[in-house]
Amino acid sequence: MSVESLVSQLKTGLDAPICLTWELTYACNLQCIHCLSSSGQRDDRELSTTEAKRVLDELRDLQVFYINIGGGEPMVRRDFFELVEYSVASGIGVKFSTNGAFIDAEKARRLAAMEYLDIQISLDGVDAATNDAVRGAGSFDMARRAMDNLAAANFGPFKISVVVTRHNVPQLDEFKALADGYGAQLRVTRLRPSGRGVDSWDNLHPTNAQQREIYDWLMANGDNVLTGDSFFHLNALGPALPGLNMCGAGRVVCLIDPIGDVYACPFVIHDEFRAGNVREEGGFAKVWKQSDLFTSLREPQSAGACASCGAFDACQGGCMAAKFFTGLPLDGPDPECVIGEGEVALAELAAQPVAVSLKPRPAMDHTKPTRVPVLL
Amino acid sequence: MSTDLIAHPLLGVALALHPQVALRPEPFGALAYHYGNRRLVFLKHPDMVAVALALNVHDSFAGALTACGVAEARWPSFVTAFQSLQESQVVVVRTTQEADHS
Amino acid sequence: MENDDIATTAEAIEEPADLIEELLVEEISIDGMCGVY
Repeated sequence: MSVESLVSQLKTGLDAPICLTWELTYACNLQCIHCLSSSGQRDDRELSTTEAKRVLDELRDLQVFYINIGGGEPMVRRDFFELVEYSVASGIGVKFSTNGAFIDAEKARRLAAMEYLDIQISLDGVDAATNDAVRGAGSFDMARRAMDNLAAANFGPFKISVVVTRHNVPQLDEFKALADGYGAQLRVTRLRPSGRGVDSWDNLHPTNAQQREIYDWLMANGDNVLTGDSFFHLNALGPALPGLNMCGAGRVVCLIDPIGDVYACPFVIHDEFRAGNVREEGGFAKVWKQSDLFTSLREPQSAGACASCGAFDACQGGCMAAKFFTGLPLDGPDPECVIGEGEVALAELAAQPVAVSLKPRPAMDHTKPTRVPVLL
Repeated sequence: MSTDLIAHPLLGVALALHPQVALRPEPFGALAYHYGNRRLVFLKHPDMVAVALALNVHDSFAGALTACGVAEARWPSFVTAFQSLQESQVVVVRTTQEADHS
Repeated sequence: MENDDIATTAEAIEEPADLIEELLVEEISIDGMCGVY
């Protein structure tokens, strides 16, 4: 029984997720240019407090240990604390992902008093210039203020979560120092071309040279840095990075979106990856256990064009979301394939007639109508 | 890696699952999650699960292994596994008071 | 990260002295699954 066999057991799916992401609302006070959920405005169809608690009851019965709450900005919801407290009281640990706008001193103290609660503050630059270019004017200060408030309230270790972009790869050491300064845990994750990221991907995603830098940095510093296992597409560069190194979507994780739709993961909010809705008969449990989409994801996946590549075992063909939203087939190279096959595939795609090379668009767009464009 | 079967000290210790640990059965064994330190461990064999659940009602780790019918040839692997569970605080040494309550 | 448990343990083997070696425990990070915020 080796590590590989654990991974192959997980690939066939479990009776319940190990953890999942739950976007509570599409409303957000920010308009980050890479927002994976294209958030901004609340959706009229969002789950009510009662419906949300019913979902939590299901997760409790399934023995889901831990959920990752996000959005949009989850603290915008009036029942945010009520739902978090209900979750924790039901035996479901919570990590919520926030831009920090609403963590004033008083909220920080309230959060610090709660058990089984983790907080992840989003930050994409170590200075306002780098961060705000992606997340909007004032967002850096907002995040730092939240961190200061949590520290003052003795919250304990929170997480600082960074989406790695072309502009912040040179700042990895500084991010680590920033986290160390707060006694916080640094998390760095891969940018996917999802949501508004579809349009900012070309300008934001790391270059080939930077991918090598990211890999080397993680190998050198990864002991205390979380990655959400999002860099396994880099594994062909050398020994495998720590982690499961597999796509968990529909197998051990999934997304519940604000209107109750269940997707394979937060990076594929599109009909192609929609498994069902929690409002349907049988609720979340039925979608998780019996949906056609998840059943098919739990079958062995074809390596397709990557079958003869020696790196496939290490990189697993990369990320479904990265392939899907750049127009590439799922059974082929990742757009950021470190061997260069992704670039070849993208070039072939670009050479096709427009109708063939048309890329999928995200399922919904909750972006607020007036948006200040940020020049990069 | 293999431990000296007869002499390993852990075998004589009374153990218990940490009170903040939840065990969720899986086809291959179980998932153990420690709510306090967020550590997540896979128990990769049904016998691991049986032993973990039996810890609290036996005066020693060896007693739990015997009660669960684990062949002595497998004990070194179980010792290694439970040492690792101790390291992550999923399993703890029982105090006298806890032993009295079991 | 907790990869030490995973990376360094051997696969199941049968030793001549009739001890059986099994990897009975594996730890992964609760953050160690791809497809999560």
